[in-house]
Amino acid sequence: MNSNRSVQIAYAIGLVLLLIAPSLIYPVLIMKVLCFALFACAFNLLLGYTGLLSFGHAVFLGSAAYITGHALKVWELPTLLGILVGTAGAAGLGWVIGSLAIRRQGIYFAMVTLALSQMVYFFFLQASFTGGEDGLQGVPRGTLFGLDLADDTNLYYLVVAIFVGAFWLIQRTIHSPFGQILKAIRENEPRAISLGYDVAKYKLLAFVLSAGLAGLAGATKTVVFKFATLTDAHWHTSGEVVLMTLLGGMGTVFGPVVGATVIVSLQNELADKVGSLVTVIMGVIFVVCVLAFRRGIVGESIALYKRMIGEKTR
Amino acid sequence: MTEIFGVPIQALAGQLMLGLVNGSFYAMLSLGLAVIFGMLNIINFAHGALYMMGAIFTWMFMEYLGIGYWWSLVLAPISVGLIGIAIERLLLQWLYKLDHLYGLLLTFGLALILEGFFRHLYGVAGQPYSIPDELSGAINLGFMFLPKYRAWIIVASLTVCLVTWYVIEKTRLGAYLRAATENPALTQAFGINVPLMVMLTYGFGVGLAGLAGVLAAPATQVGPLMGSNLIITVFAVVVIGGMGSILGSILTGLGLGLIEGLTKVFYPEASATVVFIIMAIVLMFRPAGLFGREK
Repeated sequence: MNSNRSVQIAYAIGLVLLLIAPSLIYPVLIMKVLCFALFACAFNLLLGYTGLLSFGHAVFLGSAAYITGHALKVWELPTLLGILVGTAGAAGLGWVIGSLAIRRQGIYFAMVTLALSQMVYFFFLQASFTGGEDGLQGVPRGTLFGLDLADDTNLYYLVVAIFVGAFWLIQRTIHSPFGQILKAIRENEPRAISLGYDVAKYKLLAFVLSAGLAGLAGATKTVVFKFATLTDAHWHTSGEVVLMTLLGGMGTVFGPVVGATVIVSLQNELADKVGSLVTVIMGVIFVVCVLAFRRGIVGESIALYKRMIGEKTR
Repeated sequence: MTEIFGVPIQALAGQLMLGLVNGSFYAMLSLGLAVIFGMLNIINFAHGALYMMGAIFTWMFMEYLGIGYWWSLVLAPISVGLIGIAIERLLLQWLYKLDHLYGLLLTFGLALILEGFFRHLYGVAGQPYSIPDELSGAINLGFMFLPKYRAWIIVASLTVCLVTWYVIEKTRLGAYLRAATENPALTQAFGINVPLMVMLTYGFGVGLAGLAGVLAAPATQVGPLMGSNLIITVFAVVVIGGMGSILGSILTGLGLGLIEGLTKVFYPEASATVVFIIMAIVLMFRPAGLFGREK
């Protein structure tokens, strides 16, 4: 089969596009897309490959955004270290929330993650370091190896490096023995238990990894936009990442990236034109995806491609 | 002045009263969620949005048609219930054979649509709705003033909850319902129209949410966002109680409302989060919920 080859070609094309994109499109927009694409990929690791629907993932994006913002602005840490601190904070929070949530399954898991993330949201709303409703503003971007990150192009290549690195890590995880066990849990949890795997441990590890990577996305986002707000941690954002993954195709490699690109560009296009109706449009996409388009853009495309090949060989 | 733990008894009684009012809403909403989940295997994320619609319909009936509170108390839940039936027939019925998660995702999309639509019409700010004359004012109980409307909310919602419990646990119709929950195929084989029951159950469940919305309209500001934060707390209530038992949902809802009221008196900073903290504790020691069964 040459599907391996075609995936490699897709990677190469994607990378080239990423490198030349800033000369064509406003770099901050692409950086936003990349942050949300990473967020969705991290979420997909949990939903698409482990079968766990977390309905509170925004809290990891939001907490890392605040921690990194605080680290850069108040502690004045170097940019990369600040991002790392935020990522570690989100992973730690992921460990706490994950170890509670994995005690329930299916629909309850989704409700527990949603409720716990709402609790953290209220904490952010009241805590002083987050700036409450105003958010944490004026976060400095800092420098890296003597390059001034206040320059969008310099920062762009840092964001691309972070995205590619994290994407590679996710792919390695999915194709590792650990990833295979996650898929086994998704397909048939009782069977995975009977084969002797400590399912709870694997689920928790997947949850922490996913939370940490979502945190990396949030931390990077803070550096790009120079602020962190409550919106990042709100359940609406949790819903958005579900939508991105569903629309792109859950359990596919590129699905979340495609979904995030579509949703972020759509919001970018529509925000001025239709105002509060954006929420309605997001809702309609949700309903249509669930009813008629469950494999998502990438999933449906792969199915279509396979059908065409199948007809040719027959 | 009498005091308990340094808190004047009037303030304490007042907060407990408010806690019971909130608890009544939790009870009605979690009851509806539990009934719907039992029959449809769907967690209805749109429940909060439908509660909001119950309140907004009440306000709209008054604003555009001059229909008063008492008629709205009947008409608004029926309207919400009919919308629910339309939702079930048009959308939800295609999902029963799929993973439960799709039901959650679809109703989440519905919640976004409904909330966004009313936000587009009325903005985020709430609209006031006045208390009907018969229920305005307060009764002097000696140790506290009891606002009549709050007492009405508690009495009305408890009555509705208990009637629902009676119908489901003690009547023939309830027996069909429980049978259809337990084994739909077999119940259908006995000649009972299960799809019809599923449709009516959803209509009834969201009708309850609509009724809670009507009751809430004079007590809070009527606005598009009133349902979404409430529904997340109700999810926590459902996780704490477990969805196995109807009386369990009612008791958990009321109890958590009371605890929230007490927290407001003794440690106000935690009043928004206390339900979630209790949920975390319950998950540690009794993951299936207080009234739930491990499957």
